[in-house]
Amino acid sequence: MIDADVHIPNPRLRDLYPLLPEHWVEHFNNTVDKGASQEYYPPRSPVAGRRGGLEELREAVFDQGGAELAISSCLYAVDSVHNPDVAAALAAATNDWQSREWLEQEPRLRGSVVAPIQLPAAAAEEIERCADRPGFVQVLIPARTEHPLGSRLYHPLWKTIERSGLVAAIHFGGAPVMPPTPTGWPSFFLEEYTAMAQVFATQLTSMIVEGVFDACPDLRVVFLESGFTWIPSHLWRMDKEWRNLRRLVPWVRRPPSDYFREHVRVGIQPLDAPPDPAHLGEVVDQLGSDDLLLYASDYPHVHACDAGDLLFRLLPESLGRKIRSENARSFYRMGG
Amino acid sequence: MKYVVAEASEIESGGRKIVSVAGRSIGVFNLDGEFFALRNRCPHQGGKLCEGKLWGVIRSERPGDFEYRPSREILCCPWHGWEFHVRTGQSWCAPERLRVRRYEVETVAGEEIAEAAEVTAAPIEDPDAPSPGMVKGPYTAETYPVSREGEYLVVEIPG
Ligand code: FES
Repeated sequence: MIDADVHIPNPRLRDLYPLLPEHWVEHFNNTVDKGASQEYYPPRSPVAGRRGGLEELREAVFDQGGAELAISSCLYAVDSVHNPDVAAALAAATNDWQSREWLEQEPRLRGSVVAPIQLPAAAAEEIERCADRPGFVQVLIPARTEHPLGSRLYHPLWKTIERSGLVAAIHFGGAPVMPPTPTGWPSFFLEEYTAMAQVFATQLTSMIVEGVFDACPDLRVVFLESGFTWIPSHLWRMDKEWRNLRRLVPWVRRPPSDYFREHVRVGIQPLDAPPDPAHLGEVVDQLGSDDLLLYASDYPHVHACDAGDLLFRLLPESLGRKIRSENARSFYRMGG
Repeated sequence: MKYVVAEASEIESGGRKIVSVAGRSIGVFNLDGEFFALRNRCPHQGGKLCEGKLWGVIRSERPGDFEYRPSREILCCPWHGWEFHVRTGQSWCAPERLRVRRYEVETVAGEEIAEAAEVTAAPIEDPDAPSPGMVKGPYTAETYPVSREGEYLVVEIPG
């Protein structure tokens, strides 16, 4: 089994000191700047990550969880940092820390490059710096960004990711200057979390319509903690609108749903399961391909139900096998 | 059956005429001197296809790139925007699934109408195929000589 979404905790600022240029260490020591914001979730809520170490992760993900390989990410929000030089320095130090403290220590663990996405050119440099390091298989991109991800501002960044051979992992969260809902700033966490599926939907539309996959035909994208039950109806709507509006975007030569099925994979957490499990089977069917879903535990975040248990009970054995490991293995080109 | 539907001069280049023939509504189009007729009923959900706008062919290799040929042969259904190639009746988006019924139009000299000559269809490679996957249908324009006087358009409805 391959677990496509586990988390390593954010580094504490002092973990990064040995890896940061000296003047930044002095800056953090002497000012109120204490680096990137630490958590998307309210502290100590059940979904908030516990600060477990490598031993705890090994036990939960590999020993008890039964994964042979796990793809990890660190959600240190360098995208929340407004000083561009600090953002780039923190990203680089975080990646060095991930390599040294996690990926080099545990050969079954794969990692995600952290990059200052708000600065596409700096992000591209950081990605190139880390691309060939052992362990890194993807670039972490928070779902919420300052501009829609299909914007031409990001096209050079997409080309860099495509060339690097890494997957682009678009993950729940993000701390840009923009509100987390399409209509402005909400008042409560509940609103923000619920709106995240719409953020993903918007990013998917943007990337397809603005031609990211036409410009980068080898680009691979994975959605993590996006949920997936919203996808069939969203694809249907995109295909429908494409028919009458495609003249403005003639590079989109196939129905948008084709691009999705070719370029995008989706982790199974969180499972927005309908109360009747039979309906869940229908939604999986409506995705239109058995290759799309990847098993993901979201360790150490705790969700209301174990998505894997529910899905594997419900789906045919062969599809369960694909979700458990085959899909991730082929998408991430892991061999074996 | 063959029906006389218009004088050729009635429909200018780029224009169309919608006629009722054998109980159905049919649009007759003049594409640069060539005539084509399509059923005025969209195979998608029955919209009045022949009242749609005509567009040129637009292709693109990458975002921001536009390659335009102003042939104005793509008919866009006014209901949901499906596109059909006037020459072939082929829908652009899903060629395998939807194909509007195409009728054959001949331009014949007046005296030949009486003779009711048989028409042979010659498949012609379509230089304006909007995408490589598009299926090309045969059509029969310009098979007969066109007389300048007394020039009629004849639509043939099978059956
Ligand atoms: S009826 Fe013509 S596009 Fe729907």
